[in-house]
Amino acid sequence: MSEFIEFTIDGKECMAEKGQYLIAAARKNGMYIPSLCNIDGVTPRGACRICTVKVNGKFMTACTTPVSDGMKIENDTPELKEIRTQIVELLFAEGNHFCPACEKSGTCELQALAYRFGIAVPRFPLNHELREIEASNPKIIKDHNRCILCKRCIRTIIDEQGRRLFAFRRRSQNLTISVDTQLASSISDELAQKAMDICPVGAILRKERGFSVPIGKRKYDMSPIGSDVEKETTDTVPEVK
Amino acid sequence: MNSSISATINRYGADPTRLMDILIDIQAELGYIGNEAVTQIAGALTISEVDVEQTISFYHFLFQEPRGKYTVFLNNSVVAQMMGRQRIAQVFEEEVGCKFGEVSKDGLIGLFNTACIGMNDQEPAAIINGAIFPSLSTFQVRNLVKGMHDGKSVDELQVAGFGEGKNYSENLKTTVRNNIRKKGPVIFSAYEVGAATQKVAHMAPREVIDVVKSSGIRGRGGAGFPTGLKWEFCRKTEAKKRYIFCNADEGEPGTFKDRVILTEYPRMVFEGMVVAGYAVGSDEGILYLRFEYRYLKEHLENVLTDMRNRNLLGTSICGKKGFDFDIRIQFGAGAYVCGEESALIESAEGKRGEPRDRPPFPVEKGYLNMPTIVNNVETLCSAVKIVLNGGKWYQSFGTPQSAGTKVVSISGDCKFPGIYEIEWGFNVHDILEMSGADDVQAVQVGGPSGSCIGPDEFDRILAYEDLATGGSIIIFNESRDLIRDVVMNFTEFFIDESCGSCAPCRLMTVNLKKKLDKILDGHGVAQDLRDLEQWAAIMPVNRCGLGQTAANPVRSTLKNFRHLYQKLIRKDTNFDVNFDMASAVADSCKAAGRVPVLD
Repeated sequence: MSEFIEFTIDGKECMAEKGQYLIAAARKNGMYIPSLCNIDGVTPRGACRICTVKVNGKFMTACTTPVSDGMKIENDTPELKEIRTQIVELLFAEGNHFCPACEKSGTCELQALAYRFGIAVPRFPLNHELREIEASNPKIIKDHNRCILCKRCIRTIIDEQGRRLFAFRRRSQNLTISVDTQLASSISDELAQKAMDICPVGAILRKERGFSVPIGKRKYDMSPIGSDVEKETTDTVPEVK
Repeated sequence: MNSSISATINRYGADPTRLMDILIDIQAELGYIGNEAVTQIAGALTISEVDVEQTISFYHFLFQEPRGKYTVFLNNSVVAQMMGRQRIAQVFEEEVGCKFGEVSKDGLIGLFNTACIGMNDQEPAAIINGAIFPSLSTFQVRNLVKGMHDGKSVDELQVAGFGEGKNYSENLKTTVRNNIRKKGPVIFSAYEVGAATQKVAHMAPREVIDVVKSSGIRGRGGAGFPTGLKWEFCRKTEAKKRYIFCNADEGEPGTFKDRVILTEYPRMVFEGMVVAGYAVGSDEGILYLRFEYRYLKEHLENVLTDMRNRNLLGTSICGKKGFDFDIRIQFGAGAYVCGEESALIESAEGKRGEPRDRPPFPVEKGYLNMPTIVNNVETLCSAVKIVLNGGKWYQSFGTPQSAGTKVVSISGDCKFPGIYEIEWGFNVHDILEMSGADDVQAVQVGGPSGSCIGPDEFDRILAYEDLATGGSIIIFNESRDLIRDVVMNFTEFFIDESCGSCAPCRLMTVNLKKKLDKILDGHGVAQDLRDLEQWAAIMPVNRCGLGQTAANPVRSTLKNFRHLYQKLIRKDTNFDVNFDMASAVADSCKAAGRVPVLD
């Protein structure tokens, strides 16, 4: 028997099961809190900070915060929009994100958020860091140019013995994802596909597969990210700065 | 199959949560953690190899390739730089024949940078194979390198006189000095070993918590959470087991007070853990000690043995049945972020020191998901004295909102750097007079994550309600270039030490640095200052204190020393994107063998 509680988002009264994370609780009430590193059913990590909301005046990430009775949540405010926009721009400036040639274009969550926030170009200087593409694995390519270090692959891609195929290496500016060559060499088709599917960007791709859905007919080509959650559809094209 | 590696793994029961100990011990024996070791560990612990490397590669002092028979770590803290680190580094490079970040060709000596090692009152200082070499002169450096070439042991290399107090003792024998300049009524005062333990044995645990609460003491590490409340929350959480951690990571640059407390009063620290354990219902304590203080290992382990022999640790403490508590030492391996309590716990569980998402807090779910107390060294010592003398006694010191004393470590441009135990409520003028500082341009209170204040604020007081600090106080005189020498150094520190988990912490600090570079290169315009302020405003959304305060050096100096920035920016234009055509085409012209026409 689940306990239902009341809370507000941007002044709107909402109801949800006690203990649900704010992102899910908001979704149930037709309100979209943008997120990137969060993935349903997997322990949240709060890495991207894009889902930052204000809970009773304090910054918290919606993916890691359980909803409780009487919470006053701010979501769609200019301050929070500015923060989220900056983070997406920071991520674009960090890697080498060349959308026109990317398999994930149109299904990429980073790109979709940029469109939703009306970003034309990041305000931050581009890093142009030399990064590698790991192609030695028989089934998957790991493209570090596009990796946003969201940790989804680390959290979800596990073998039957519970061992992780992906892991962080080093820290800070040198932080990167490494693939366990030995364990990944015998990765199943299923797990390889899962790795590609859960990656929000085009950093993990299946080999020998490409463009099976044409550009223009992909998920976010059809409707903006978050529109499936929001009850009202937005007809206006977001304003490009 | 390397047998010594297997032996080490088995010594810790092939327990993945003891991975840090396994890695540190293997490296201590073999010099580094090679591929063979990684494979063996992965197999024995049933984790992937990349998972093992995930932990190794996070920490500054763990390596996967040889770093020389003598590994030299020379710290590059702002005070080390102020005290001549650059010249020392130069001489090292000349004598050794390689650059910092490299190992000499014969594999004998490795030279590496490291962040503040807690020796700011005796800089420039280095760690060589775990031993501390403070107050280095170029003469000493030449002798050291000669000694290394002659194959001397690290002990034989220590030719300077040993420090005072316990630094001179049998188990320590270090050239590090305490520099205790001012003793106070709480920490550096009369201490009867075991008296507090005896006393709590005759009290109810609830009473112990009450007396700590009544003192109003707040955490001495920097975060300042009310200690009594923390203990109460921990006790209230139903669990089969609880843990007491003493946070001896002391990573905030300019803080070296816990080093001295651990040197001179280790029994008080451990007794504080026992008292905490009794109060909250825990029988296991862990001292999380920063790797840079590894030279204290034997000293501390001997103290633990002695306390066990005196029935102050172990089972049936003071003869009371059921009063069980023991302590082990867990080393960090070089990560400032591990001073944050949840990152510390992660590290103690054999993982990367990435802070956890809160809630839940450690007092509910901490080490191994059990209720855990993480308290600073000084906090635990204070608890011992509070138990003995009462809450009212403690409140007689300090201010109404900040009870007790604070041990501060003062360094930088002053005649008497060192340790001062002062009551909360002293103002900055007092600090400067005590430490013999003249011609003061600025004071950094609370390390890089604190604030940088100028003379117009020197009548502010050290207190939680005004200038809070974990103990670090760094003094800068008029000769220092605050932006070039201090703000840059601090910003680079945060860049290096970020765990990298949160996007804004990982990325925004670098952009702040690039902006600073632009301004310092003479290409700054008014908009750049506005950008710095606007961009720095995002930092509070990060998960932990490191990220939240990483822009403080910039914000603090923009607020209090704006004129220094104003001096650097261009007045003749509002637009400068720092684009230099010549350097932009340099590579391509070189490749094509062309000379650009740039008029």
